[in-house]
Amino acid sequence: MVFLLTGIEARGFIFGPPIALAIGAKFVPLRKPKKLPGEVISEEYTLEYGSDRLEMHVGAVNKGERALVVDDLIATGGTLCAAMNLLERAGAEIVECACLIELPELKGRDRLHGKPLHVLVEYH
Amino acid sequence: MFAAENGLKGDPRLEAISQAIRVVPHFPKKGIMFQDITTLLLDHKAFQDTVDIFVDRYRNMDISVVAGIEARGFMFGPSIALAIGAKFVPLRKPKKLPGKVICEEYELEYGTDCLEMQVDAVQPGDRALIVDDLVATGGTLSAAIRLLGKRMGAQVVECGCVVGLPEVKGQCRLNGKPVYILVEPREIDNCRHADISSEFLNVQCSG
Repeated sequence: MVFLLTGIEARGFIFGPPIALAIGAKFVPLRKPKKLPGEVISEEYTLEYGSDRLEMHVGAVNKGERALVVDDLIATGGTLCAAMNLLERAGAEIVECACLIELPELKGRDRLHGKPLHVLVEYH
Repeated sequence: MFAAENGLKGDPRLEAISQAIRVVPHFPKKGIMFQDITTLLLDHKAFQDTVDIFVDRYRNMDISVVAGIEARGFMFGPSIALAIGAKFVPLRKPKKLPGKVICEEYELEYGTDCLEMQVDAVQPGDRALIVDDLVATGGTLSAAIRLLGKRMGAQVVECGCVVGLPEVKGQCRLNGKPVYILVEPREIDNCRHADISSEFLNVQCSG
C-alpha cells in the first residue's frame, strides 16, 4: 500500500494528483527553488549546462512512508534521481518510479537507486 | 461567488477544506499571508472533496475543456477534467510549451508576465472551465479568459478556484465571466490535520 506520491514540477503535477486521489495517497509536489513556502529540503542535480535544484517541504513525508515518484518523462534520470534523494533523506521508502514516457537510449533507468521503473511508452 | 452562498451553505466539507490549507506568513514577501494548498494535497479526503465539489458543479454544464494555470492549477484541473469528460489544457509561463503558442500579457505588481497556450489545444465553440488554486487580483485569470475566449473563440463558462481573496468577494464576474470559489483565506493558522506533524503546520514567522 502506497502512502504518498510525489510529482515533479510541472508536468508531474498533471499526472500525479489524479493517481494519488484514485489510490488514496497523499500528493507531495517537488518544486523548483523558492516556490514552496515554509521550510524545505533541497537537492541539487546537474543539467547539460550547469545545475538546478529540486525542493520538498519538510514534514510532508513521515519516516518509513512508502512512496511513488511520478513524472511525465524519464531521459537521463537526473531529475528523478534528485527526487529520490529528497525522499530518502526524509526517510521515505521508495516503492517505484512511474513515467508515461521513457527514452531508453539515455539509460535513466540505471540511475534509480536500483528501484523499479514503470513506463507506459518508450520513444526510440 | 462563494460556494457557501451558492448551494453549499453549511457543507462540512468546506470547513474541512479551509482548515486543511496552511497559512504561511510573509511569503513570498513581508505582509503577504500565503495560502499554502500543499497541506490540502496531503489530506486525501479534503483533496478529494475539493475535486468532487467542482465536479458536481461542472459535470452537467457540457464543459469540453478544462484549462489549468501553471503550476498549482495543474494540481486540480486534470482531476476535474477526467471526471467530467473534458480535455485538459495547460496554460504556462513563457517558453515552456513546445510548438506554436499564443501569449497573453498580464500585470504583476512590478512589470508584466505572459501566459501561453498551444494554438491547436482549443477550438472555437469549445466550452471552457479555467482552474487555479487561488484568485487574488484576478490578473492571471483575466489573461486566461482572454486567451481562451477572445483569442481562440472558446466560450469561457466559468473560472473555478479553491481560495478567493477578499478583493473578489461580491464582485461575481471577472472580464464578464463568473468566478466560483470554495473558501476564503484564513488569517493565521489553526490548520489541523491528522497526518502532518505540528512543526510542519506551525510555520514560524520569520518577521
